Amino acid sequence: MRKRVLMNGNDAIGEGAIRAGCDAYFGYPITPQNELTSYMANHMQAHGRVFIQAESEVAAVNMVFGAAVTGRRAMTSSSSPGISLKQEGLSYLAAAELPSVIVNVQRGGPGLGNIAPSQSDYFQATKGGGHGDYHLIVLAPYTVQEMHDFTINAFALADRYRNPVMLLTDGRLGQMMEPLTLYSGLPHKIPPKPWALTGARGRKPNHIRSLLLEEGALEQRNLHLQAKYKTIMNELVGYDEYLTHDATVLVVAYGSSARIARGAVDQARAKGVKAGLLRPITLWPFPRARIRQLARKVHGILVVEMSAGQMIEDVQLSAGDRIPIAFEGRMGGGIPEESAVVRAMQRLAKSSPRSARK
Amino acid sequence: MSPSRKPSKTSRRSVYHRPVSLVNKPTHFCPGCGHGTAHKLIAEVLDSLKIREKTIGVAPVGCAVMAYYYLNCDISEAAHGRTPAVATGIKRCLPDRIVFSYQGDGDLAAIGMAETIHAANRGENITVIFVNNSVYGMTGGQMAPTTLSGQKTVTSPCGRDARTMGSPIRVCELLNTLDAPWHIERVALDSPAGIRKTRKALLTAFKGQMEGKGYSLIEILSPCPIHMRLSPMEAVRFVKEGMIPAFPLGVFRMGGKPAV
Repeated sequence: MRKRVLMNGNDAIGEGAIRAGCDAYFGYPITPQNELTSYMANHMQAHGRVFIQAESEVAAVNMVFGAAVTGRRAMTSSSSPGISLKQEGLSYLAAAELPSVIVNVQRGGPGLGNIAPSQSDYFQATKGGGHGDYHLIVLAPYTVQEMHDFTINAFALADRYRNPVMLLTDGRLGQMMEPLTLYSGLPHKIPPKPWALTGARGRKPNHIRSLLLEEGALEQRNLHLQAKYKTIMNELVGYDEYLTHDATVLVVAYGSSARIARGAVDQARAKGVKAGLLRPITLWPFPRARIRQLARKVHGILVVEMSAGQMIEDVQLSAGDRIPIAFEGRMGGGIPEESAVVRAMQRLAKSSPRSARK
Repeated sequence: MSPSRKPSKTSRRSVYHRPVSLVNKPTHFCPGCGHGTAHKLIAEVLDSLKIREKTIGVAPVGCAVMAYYYLNCDISEAAHGRTPAVATGIKRCLPDRIVFSYQGDGDLAAIGMAETIHAANRGENITVIFVNNSVYGMTGGQMAPTTLSGQKTVTSPCGRDARTMGSPIRVCELLNTLDAPWHIERVALDSPAGIRKTRKALLTAFKGQMEGKGYSLIEILSPCPIHMRLSPMEAVRFVKEGMIPAFPLGVFRMGGKPAV
């Protein structure tokens, strides 16, 4: 039965994890994701699942490691400074190919920053973050409904690719309330995990390791990981488009910024700018090919982020330098205003050499 | 120990066998190192309790990181110091399995002190095996939290000075201030009698875990001849005459109440 409820984004993630069959959750208090940890405290034990408030974010991510080692579905959540603390653990999870879900409800940085929403952890999330050559799969919800749905999907993707999956969201989406339809299906089927540590009963012992000292062994592990990442890049790219069919100005934004950008696209159209929005749903893998394609027909691209401009680098890599790529954003917990985004689109529409030729 | 393998036809009377839980392989440990003995004792205990097939070990960062080469059971690595957190995650997900962590002094008492104390304070039903040899071994003999006052290491070349480098941390005594632990004991690989005592302590700890008694920590004082800058025999004497006075042996906790 489809149930419609009113929830904040953090709770929606928690309920999504529970409905996805999350076996174990480990958290540590940090604003603005505290609702999620409380939600798990209130509901995991009632479902006979594991909940621990860890002594630190570092301990929490390593408890996830332990839970994932057994083949169980495990999750942790935090916000920017806490996610920095988890980076070592994420590198180990990626190295050992342990399925796991990590939620980053971003806040303003750098340093202790503030508790206002931000998107300044994009580099950290999509480029590795910890040491070594690795990638997380990074999903970017932009409604409370997606906070819920993407969490469920995150567990499935983690198992499918044996890879940690990060839900990259922010304090605004975490704290705002919206109606959503709760997932009513069954948790996805867990693929066989013959590698899991369950006790070596009737089989050879299993080892979970990332220390590979034998000559060439670590290179082989890296080649294997890179091959997997290539598969993920081929199979998983996700994005959403709005009015891009005839757009001459393309806006690229994700998460909270995409909500603002969508409103701005409508306003810009009312003012005669043919604007369209591409919203990456997977930040890694990034929708490079589609942006490259759109870059051939639009006159300019505007990137909107709640940061100094991080995703814009991936947009530049995708689009090349054929057309102008502008940026509109705010830092430190500031939220771009719709009107500012509209003005940026108007400027871009006027200045673009391609539009001038017409 | 009861023989864990059938005696071969040619031998008349077998008095000792390699435990099934120990892989038949020479270790990479230095001559005179205590890790080999500690591994063997764990293997003997897993054999005698018949729990090898339901045991999951967590290896530390340090000399014992390659425990999976020698112990014939499921083993996971952990990031440096996070061993008790990984063990916690495993045990909470598989409460009917036997979970132990094997940690050195740097892993347990320096970088992993927070995880150590909090796993103990939650009373996780795991067994922590703490090999204290007073130095960082794998990285080349640096000062550890358990380095003795005055002891020379590559990072305390004039000897550990308590005024600026702190005094050796007594982990058993520290954990004994907590309510939750069930069994805390310090033993030493300083003599055949000490080795037998160590085996007994491990047996008690693992048995307790099987019975759901809760958190146990066995601290094993162990020789590291290379980084103690001593011969194997001298290193054993250092354990007996240098370390034991600084780290008194004994049962600190048995059965959930302070024993001392």
